[in-house]
Amino acid sequence: MILVLMTAIPLAGALLLLLPADRFLPGDAAVRRYGLGVSGAALLVAVSAAAAFDFGATSRMQLEVDGAWAPAIGLRFHLGVDGISLPLVVLTALLTFLCFVHLAKHPPAGGAARLLVGLLLVLEVGLLGTFVALDMVLFFVFFEVVLIPMYVVIARWGGPARRAAANKFILYTLLGSGLLLAGMLLVAVNAGTLDMTGLAARHGSGVTRGVQITAFLLMGLGFAVKAPMWPLHTWLPDAHTEAPTVGSVLLAGVLLKMGTYGLVRVALPAAPDGAEFWAPWLGFLAVAGIVYGALACLAQRDLKRMIAFSSVGHMGFVLLGIATLTPVGINAALFGNIAHGLITGLLFFLAGAVKDRYGTGDLDALGGGMLAAAPRLAAFLTFACVASMGLPGLAGFWGELLALMGSYQPHAGLPRETFVTFMAVAALGAVLTAAYFLRLLAKITHGRPGAAGPVAAISPYEYAAWTPLIALTLLVGLWPKTLLDVTTAPVRALLGGG
Amino acid sequence: MIQGIDYAAIAPPLILAVGAVALLLADAFDVPRRLLGPICGGALAAALAAVVALAAGDRRATFCLPGDLRAGGPPSCSYVADDFTLLFQGIVLAAALIVVLLSLREIGASKMPAGEYHFLLLAAIIGALTLVAARDLVLLVVALETLSLPVFALVALRRYDGAASEAALKLFLVSVVSAAVMLFGISLVYGATGAMHLDRIAPALERLPADLEPVAAVGVVLVLAGFGFKVAAVPFHFWAPDVYQGAPLPVAAFLSVVSKAAGFAGLAIVLALGFPAYGHVWGPLVAVLAALTMTLGNLMALRQRTAIRLLAWSSIAQSGYMIAPLAVGARRLPEAVAATTAYVALYAAMNLGAFAVVIAFHAGRRRWQTLDDFRGLARTSPAAAAALAFFLICLAGLPPGVMGLFAKVVVFRATVAGGVTWLAVVMAINTVIGLYYYLAWAARLFAPGPAEAADAGPAVRAAIAATAAGAIVLSAAPQLVLQTVSAVT
Repeated sequence: MILVLMTAIPLAGALLLLLPADRFLPGDAAVRRYGLGVSGAALLVAVSAAAAFDFGATSRMQLEVDGAWAPAIGLRFHLGVDGISLPLVVLTALLTFLCFVHLAKHPPAGGAARLLVGLLLVLEVGLLGTFVALDMVLFFVFFEVVLIPMYVVIARWGGPARRAAANKFILYTLLGSGLLLAGMLLVAVNAGTLDMTGLAARHGSGVTRGVQITAFLLMGLGFAVKAPMWPLHTWLPDAHTEAPTVGSVLLAGVLLKMGTYGLVRVALPAAPDGAEFWAPWLGFLAVAGIVYGALACLAQRDLKRMIAFSSVGHMGFVLLGIATLTPVGINAALFGNIAHGLITGLLFFLAGAVKDRYGTGDLDALGGGMLAAAPRLAAFLTFACVASMGLPGLAGFWGELLALMGSYQPHAGLPRETFVTFMAVAALGAVLTAAYFLRLLAKITHGRPGAAGPVAAISPYEYAAWTPLIALTLLVGLWPKTLLDVTTAPVRALLGGG
Repeated sequence: MIQGIDYAAIAPPLILAVGAVALLLADAFDVPRRLLGPICGGALAAALAAVVALAAGDRRATFCLPGDLRAGGPPSCSYVADDFTLLFQGIVLAAALIVVLLSLREIGASKMPAGEYHFLLLAAIIGALTLVAARDLVLLVVALETLSLPVFALVALRRYDGAASEAALKLFLVSVVSAAVMLFGISLVYGATGAMHLDRIAPALERLPADLEPVAAVGVVLVLAGFGFKVAAVPFHFWAPDVYQGAPLPVAAFLSVVSKAAGFAGLAIVLALGFPAYGHVWGPLVAVLAALTMTLGNLMALRQRTAIRLLAWSSIAQSGYMIAPLAVGARRLPEAVAATTAYVALYAAMNLGAFAVVIAFHAGRRRWQTLDDFRGLARTSPAAAAALAFFLICLAGLPPGVMGLFAKVVVFRATVAGGVTWLAVVMAINTVIGLYYYLAWAARLFAPGPAEAADAGPAVRAAIAATAAGAIVLSAAPQLVLQTVSAVT
């Protein structure tokens, strides 16, 4: 029931905001505090769910809720968490809460705080629901819940080109979800069940190879748009750049993970033969994304846009890990998911702070010398960049290293030479990642400060929003076992091993 | 030969027939015009009550072949009131009630004769009710014509308006041609099988001699074409936009919901009960029709600038989704019929809702509202704007319009289950095109602008409230429809 409570709290919070504004929480500040309270409550429930979770049996679905919903089409209301989803659930609740912390004192221009708080709460419902749903149609419903709120957040509070960016975002992702629906139902009707745990337990038996190949293609395309995988990523830079800070943080921090989580949770176990057929292609596109993302970053002139393209590269590593179809690779992917959520979330918070203070995200206009003009902000930015480029000892390192290791020794059914080549190219991409982040730092933190006036100090709310992310980046980077121990067993079970 | 008639089974159309005659008489004897609408609504409510009462009882059938004429075959009843029939009769009557609510003010504003209007409306609904209960081809055609004929007059009822007359003429010509095509198809099927009752045609088609098979196949295809007109499927769609624009708006709503629902019921009855043996012939044909219908409808809707034409093309596109599950042919046909039925039921609520808001906004003005006229509606009429946005999101099939999402899910599921995966992919692409124009319209509502307030009196407000309530309930609990439908089919 705790999972139902966790999704119900933000939903009820959003519905309450439909009450007339003059009766219930008049004033924007009150509404923002209310959002903080509701998401805090959801975070508390998520953390207590993690506390109630039995870490001795991470491969078992726990805290399950399973009730008939529409028996006529075999639809069940089935929620649960295991080691794969638990970290993402906690990450989602945490990032949403931090967004509200940030929002409490730094609302985006555009007003209508009531609407924004409501939308973000609905967004949280969709995100949490996606990670705990165990029925394919239920999963799909939650998967779709995030679209409209995110569309409105971008279209209402975004930058100058927001309308086009929002349209691109929603049309692209809806195309993905349409294909995803077709693919999931294709497996479901052939296997005769919509239950994801049931499908995972069968490891594809009862579904012919041809159907699996088609189904994995459809589902893979759907998730790849979300992840995003090169060349389906083109919605991402625009959406991330135009979205307000909280939108970018949730988009990069959690929304993208729905794609990779879906691949691991739905597509791989439901159509293993299909996965084996498409894995080299997935690996190829992942590596292309890594290199492309890095090269594109080198050419960017806008801070947010550059971080957005860096996401393409990082998610490329995650996808490469999945493509190896080995426990090491998939663990790397799940690790990379969390690391990217923490680090890129932080980066977007910082980019928003820079943009607020300097009034621009353009690297040339920002000039250099931030370390002199705003030493603390520059220090935070340096930390986040260094973490993002994968320095050992920080969270970004392990996901990439393990993904490379996984592709050195891919699943037995996959062509090893191809994957070793992928590994070599991906490693080159990692070097390029270091290059563009160093270029970024050289450009804006070092050098002489420009003529810009004094830069506002970091507010307590910003500290409060950033510090947890930094602490977790360090924790996960220094003790990767904390996270790997949670995911290893369920990944093995998923791949059919003991 | 003497046929027993089960009056309880035919109570719903019978009540409406009595109501229609009463209305005509009342109008002739100068009963105040403001009473005519309530009489019409009362007749519909009584018929709806009869449907509910029948649904509680057993399956009823009447106009059956007497025992000595059956020759050992099935009972061959022409009119059957089973759960499927009653479900569709319920949908038709509920939707018709909303249409009456929408009409009340439009009749006065457009200077249409109230008595004739309500009489014609009831006559058309009688046709719809009979169509969904018909189980032999003759009754089907008669019912189809009973549904179509009054609609020509309804479309043309604004006699001073050239566009209305043109629309009526267009509808009439297309309708007559399609009826002729369908009759020719029926004659071929009859010639090949020697039967008119669907429960006799089905076994006869299965054991048809090889030399008659092409004849029967052509007959089946031509019958399909006749229904294609009724549901505005490509290539029999081109009447729809002009007619929707020329007709009084409530009549357009009637055409796009009531008449279409009846058409789909008829199509499902004929294909599933009569022609399952020829699934390999009509299945692929329906698949192509569905793909063309949704694609063309959506692409054309993208280009529309007026609200009513956008709704017209979008309802063509929606027809494509509704017809898609039937593309499975004979394979897993009951599931496909359930999917189509569920989509029709959900579509009725959301599309009527969208029409209701457009009618409220149009409210007697002569000019056609462009989409840009809706800018700022959220400021002048927040409730109407929120309702319209919700209906549009439902039509697009995204949460919070969960009902639309579930409508899509059942259709995808049935299509994929029947092995027509390519059609599901076409549908996935089409939902994206659809989303674009629905969203563009919905976004305009909240953009800054000088929209006039939308208000067309209490009746239309009630219609909006009723459809919105239905949409919200079905979005919170879509299983209500899904469960009913699969229990029925």
